[in-house]
Amino acid sequence: MTVRIVDRRQDSRNKSSINRSRFIRRFKGQIRKAVADAIAKRGIRDLENGEKIGIPGRDISEPHFQHGQGGIRESVHPGNDRFQSGDEMDRPPPGGQGQGSGKASPDGEGIDDFVFTLTRDEFLDIFFDELALPNLVKRQLARIDEYKRVRAGYTQTGVATNINLVRTMRGAAGRRVAVGGPYATRLRSLQAELEQALDEMPADEAEIDRLKREIVHLKARHEAIPFIDPFDLRYSNRIRVPEPSTQAVMFCVMDVSGSMDEAKKQMAKRFFMLLYLFLNRNYEHIEVVFLRHHTVAEEVDEDNFFHSRETGGTIVSSALKLMRDIITERYASSAWNIYCAQASDGDNWNDDSPLCRELLAESILPLVQYFAYIEIADSEPQNLWREYEELAGAYPGLFAMQRITAVSDIYPVFRELFRKRLA
Amino acid sequence: MTRKRSRLIAEGSDWTLEAIALYDTEIGRVARNYGLDTYRHQLEVITSEQMMDAYAAIGMPVYYHHWSFGKHFLETENRYKRGHMGLAYEIVINSDPCIAYLMEENTLTMQALVIAHAAYGHNSFFKGNHLFKQWTSADAIIDYLVFARNYIAECEERHGVDSVEQLIDACHSLSNLGVDRYKRSPPLSLEKEKNRQREREVYLQAQVNDLWRTLPRHEAAVAAAEERRFPEEPEENLLYFVEKNAPLLEPWQREIVRITRKIGQYFYPQRQTQVMNEGWACFWHYTLLNTLYDEGKVNDGFMFEFLQSHTNVVYQPPYHHPWYSGINPYALGFAMWQDIRRICENPTDEDREWFPGIAGSDWRETFDFAMRNFKDESFIAQYLSPRLMREFKLFSVLDDDRRGKLKVDAIHDEPGYRALRRNLAEQYNLGSSDPNIQVWNVDLSGDRSLTLRHFVHQRRPLSAPSDAALEHLACLWGFTVRLEQQSADGEVALLAERKTEKRKRGER
Repeated sequence: MTVRIVDRRQDSRNKSSINRSRFIRRFKGQIRKAVADAIAKRGIRDLENGEKIGIPGRDISEPHFQHGQGGIRESVHPGNDRFQSGDEMDRPPPGGQGQGSGKASPDGEGIDDFVFTLTRDEFLDIFFDELALPNLVKRQLARIDEYKRVRAGYTQTGVATNINLVRTMRGAAGRRVAVGGPYATRLRSLQAELEQALDEMPADEAEIDRLKREIVHLKARHEAIPFIDPFDLRYSNRIRVPEPSTQAVMFCVMDVSGSMDEAKKQMAKRFFMLLYLFLNRNYEHIEVVFLRHHTVAEEVDEDNFFHSRETGGTIVSSALKLMRDIITERYASSAWNIYCAQASDGDNWNDDSPLCRELLAESILPLVQYFAYIEIADSEPQNLWREYEELAGAYPGLFAMQRITAVSDIYPVFRELFRKRLA
Repeated sequence: MTRKRSRLIAEGSDWTLEAIALYDTEIGRVARNYGLDTYRHQLEVITSEQMMDAYAAIGMPVYYHHWSFGKHFLETENRYKRGHMGLAYEIVINSDPCIAYLMEENTLTMQALVIAHAAYGHNSFFKGNHLFKQWTSADAIIDYLVFARNYIAECEERHGVDSVEQLIDACHSLSNLGVDRYKRSPPLSLEKEKNRQREREVYLQAQVNDLWRTLPRHEAAVAAAEERRFPEEPEENLLYFVEKNAPLLEPWQREIVRITRKIGQYFYPQRQTQVMNEGWACFWHYTLLNTLYDEGKVNDGFMFEFLQSHTNVVYQPPYHHPWYSGINPYALGFAMWQDIRRICENPTDEDREWFPGIAGSDWRETFDFAMRNFKDESFIAQYLSPRLMREFKLFSVLDDDRRGKLKVDAIHDEPGYRALRRNLAEQYNLGSSDPNIQVWNVDLSGDRSLTLRHFVHQRRPLSAPSDAALEHLACLWGFTVRLEQQSADGEVALLAERKTEKRKRGER
């Protein structure tokens, strides 16, 4: 009677994936909040990974009718090293070890955050959800669907069409030398011995006969080494890598004057992230330039971009001038696809706005692929908005703008962009 | 030496299916020599991911879907990936044939350990222990789980994931009070289940409708009805009561309540026999593999590796150790079975005094009797010896919230043995660790409200999440639900009330 052994390793692995997605579906609210917190901490280029998420343990506990603390309890413990019957002692501080016999730790867990890791897909899904992206666009961004095959060394297995002859023959030659080496050495010495023997002894000496026979035998062995062996076969290896086209540069321009508070900056961050994500899908190499401005503009790193705060007035054209200079200096438009995203609360010095329009129309828009502008404000549009509106009319498909109050308003800014890509 | 080597079952630490089969044959042979009676079994090799999947579904190969299992999965995955915990080496399912999982990462030695532990140890316990025999139908459980999953999936399609989920949430929260502790439930069978399910639907609904009949009645009848209490006897199985009597549930909802109740019932004996069952399995893997070693079928390397994991499993940290989290059921159970064998084979005078019935008896017969007829609580009360209490250095602590300090009221000495044993046995009494809450009354003629009564034990109050659990019950019942508390001196007080005025659509 032999036992039945079933190898289940090849069976479906993700039996729990339904349960997992049920869990995420159910706690979407809490998870979304946690994702929002996570985004605040992340760099805008860092959207490709999953994220460790913590949601309050209280929210997801499963209630039961249970006894609480208090009343009379007897508990038995092992390892007595000091107590006598009748001894009294203070209660251990709650949460520590002591009575409760192991129940204490699972109970205590209810208060801690429940921490788990979202996969990249789940993370992006929730990110997109917040931005109210149309499904088609979501799919396009989340999926890497264009691949090219590139060489990646050699393998020992493969299909016959991929046999790499040069490598195979090189290996075969090496093997023949390595395996045949001892025979060749031995042959040479035998040959020498034979010549010596022929010189010294009569031709019908038994020794000479033996040497001759051995030489014949060795030669046969040497020749029996296969010219090519399955072991020698090498196949060209090709792997699939996602294929983005070329390089792009993305300008993030943000007003950091006193009126841009943290919430507005976070909203702007989503806006930049979305553009980055789009570019990341389509270009092999992306550079990001952060320009912040109040009355003067400067180029900064990402951390300074989002987290430092300036006061004072606002001159938008300073940033546009700086951008123009950087483009001419570093990003020749023949080699780079240039995208710009500008976020502002709409404040600008009145005299400056017409200048901005001029700058954009004459020296920037001709160079860029797309220019997106969001104005994060509740108040009436000011002169910058009106000047930009003229541009939007004049450059449809190239210039997009939107006034937003929530992150879900961001998508329309990019609608043209995604539509172009999908076409 | 060469002669001995040739008798080895297999060598090396990498396992192959053939080596596993050889080990199984040998372990099976030794187990039969000891007279272990088991279900047929089947070994399944799985990966660690699949092990985590299995964890989430309480080890069952098929299970219905619910977010809480996803939560458990994430929890396990997270802890495992960060190295906070290792996965269990084995999961074994109380079914016929008994299914034991072997994890691919295990070495050959570990696979042998798992086979001895699960496929022979646990398996024989499942087959022999009276609780498992009475309460679980090993031959039908897998079929029933398939039925349950399909039925629930169907309901999700017909009635929406949300409403099914809400219902299952409510059932889960009542699950610890949804078991019959004393009555026997009829055996399960997939065919019968399918056939009866439709029948039951119609019948049950008719019953319920009758109970809630709102036709005008004669005055006399009304008066008589007021006299009648419902339920006539308090009911301890809340889920059973809801399934049979909740006025507003639809037939499919009743069926789901029934499914969660049945599955909860199936797992109940496992909660009742943890110490015995794990100890039994540890005892047998220890004994079986040692026997193989004595026969020269395994070598020293095998034994070193085996003993290392064995001692890890049965280690009991003392109360002041940072890892201490209560008594390790593996340690206590293993020590108790070893001790019983010792009492049978080499009794001391003390043992003769404490265990006149078994001291010096045949250990296999004593084992068989003990394994078949006890649960943790009674097993400890019956067999925990003074010697073992000394070995474990047990002591009992009284925590009375009316006293300022904790009091050690018994230790491992002559005056303390009996109290210690009683207290430890009580610790494994599920009847007193779960609160005693019963369905007390339903206001049939009035507002249809349901009253539960909590019989306070040792002045222990209910915990805060109990409120949320009551909410779930109110959701199932559909009308107002009250929770009363009866203290030891008979005083009754209202603890909580959940008012619901949900009406079924179409009802006036």
